[in-house]
Amino acid sequence: MPERHVAVCMKVTPKPEEIEVDRETMLILREGARSEINPPDMNAVELALQLKDQSGSKISILSMGPMFFDPYLRVALAMGADELYLLSDRAFAGADTLATTYVLARAIEKIGDVDLVICGEESSDGATGQVPPGLAAWLGWPVVSMAVAASFDADGDHVRIEREAHGRSIVSAPFPAVLAVKTASNQPRFMDYEQKHWAFEDVEPVVWCAQDLNADPDRIGLKGSPTTVSGLRQAGTRARKREHLVGEPAEIALQLVDLLQSQLLR
Amino acid sequence: MTDLSFEPAYDASSENRSLWVYLERKGDSLAGVSRELLGKARQLANEADLELNGLLMGNSLADVVGEACEYGADVVWCCEHPLLTDFNPQAYSYAAEQAIRKGKPSILLLGATHDGRDLAGRLAVQLQTGLNADCTDLVFNQEKGILVSEVTGFGGGVIALLECPDRRPQMSTVRPGVFPPAERDETRPHKQLRIDIDITPANLQTTLLEQETHQGVDLTQAEVLWCGGRGIEGNFESLYQLAAMLGGDVGATRPPVDDGYIERERQIGQTGVVCRPKVAICFGISGAFHFVVGVEQADLVIAINSDPESPIFDFADYCIVGDAQAIMPALIKAFEQRMEAAHA
Repeated sequence: MPERHVAVCMKVTPKPEEIEVDRETMLILREGARSEINPPDMNAVELALQLKDQSGSKISILSMGPMFFDPYLRVALAMGADELYLLSDRAFAGADTLATTYVLARAIEKIGDVDLVICGEESSDGATGQVPPGLAAWLGWPVVSMAVAASFDADGDHVRIEREAHGRSIVSAPFPAVLAVKTASNQPRFMDYEQKHWAFEDVEPVVWCAQDLNADPDRIGLKGSPTTVSGLRQAGTRARKREHLVGEPAEIALQLVDLLQSQLLR
Repeated sequence: MTDLSFEPAYDASSENRSLWVYLERKGDSLAGVSRELLGKARQLANEADLELNGLLMGNSLADVVGEACEYGADVVWCCEHPLLTDFNPQAYSYAAEQAIRKGKPSILLLGATHDGRDLAGRLAVQLQTGLNADCTDLVFNQEKGILVSEVTGFGGGVIALLECPDRRPQMSTVRPGVFPPAERDETRPHKQLRIDIDITPANLQTTLLEQETHQGVDLTQAEVLWCGGRGIEGNFESLYQLAAMLGGDVGATRPPVDDGYIERERQIGQTGVVCRPKVAICFGISGAFHFVVGVEQADLVIAINSDPESPIFDFADYCIVGDAQAIMPALIKAFEQRMEAAHA
């Protein structure tokens, strides 16, 4: 069986609980938030490493974003990935899903021999899960989402995927294909101490700009994004009674049971 | 491949005056999220003066067509084929693309379910249009004549307003549970438009080898939601007991899910499920905004927390400052007492 080439798409995101919004201007202040690898992408790396453990494949990490992503992504190299591709260009900024998936697809085509792309289920800052199917559509490849396990078939032409979405199922996909890994479906391994020096000091990432990808300027960044953010507003919270119930637990409990039963009869 | 010409399907100048809802099936009937979408879509269609159409794919669909019309669809576009029996992202997006290029709807709405997300993500690229995903509200902007989709997720309770001004269709996926389901009207006429789809097994690309369907957890349909946070220290057993006695289902905030006390399907809020129960009862939950968005649509919210300063009390109709761990057994006992009294 030939060695398979697996590309893992990753992203660095601001920690969601640390993002603040300026109440006056309604601008999002990402600067105050620390960054991290998008947590669902760690599950994607782990699944890729499991495939490597089973049958030896090459793993490339692929990410579109600014150069400051570089040190974060090296964690995946220290965990056992082999190569790092960073797609970085000011012209990519402001991309929605359509423009993002176009750039990722161009890069996968340029790498050339990718058999399997593995993505996290969704990003913690967008949480829409639309990159894996969109990327697959650009490439004309099948997509299998909610994957919890995968193995290469003995025939060498297919990957067998176990998925968990309204029940458990097994899907067989021919190469090449795109997988999206169910969040928290595995426990990402720790960095390998012996790989650390290599990962953080020695590896030269491949950095590609729009021109390197021969990307159509009309399909990238803001220009290539059909969706726009027209405004932000404070979420309106529903007015609540905020009435306090006091007393011993037993008294409160009786009040609650009556309250519940009357509410359900309405 | 990306060098193949992916051309936009059509734009605002050549759209038809219709709003389409992708109809998801659950067995032989319409999925809950599709009934919810039909309700909201009817309102939007009236405001925007659009015809409301359903898009249905599968095999032997007659029952679902009727149901969709009774829930508000004027016409259901039907792609029936044995190869469409089970959901497959490749085959469904292939068939849907053909129907959409024929029907040229102005707006296409889908549920943000597993299948809806897979379909929407592929379809948006095939049609080269914009997709606003995981929306929590939809508004028609009369002035601009376009759909405005609202999404949460920028932290701190801020909602972003998203549009797709030029490309068509304007696509949005909507979270299950955010809209009330449409009212069924059995007198509405059943109208369908059959679309012949040219599809072969090669279009499926993947093969489904085994399938064990179980409906699993669906908190969006629960009337009562028993929610536990860090403060109950993993004692979900009591909440399940209460749900069994008083009805409803059990949900959780993120920390107990991360700690492995309860499965992720039961996580409520921003990164979990958005629910609209009649009553949500929150035990030992502090009330971080990430959680609150998940129960905001509840008719009634009851909160029990030992910290009187907890933000959860700002979002509750009835507030109990006390130990959730003490209230849980008291509730079980109170219910038993009431049952005995009723039978005495």
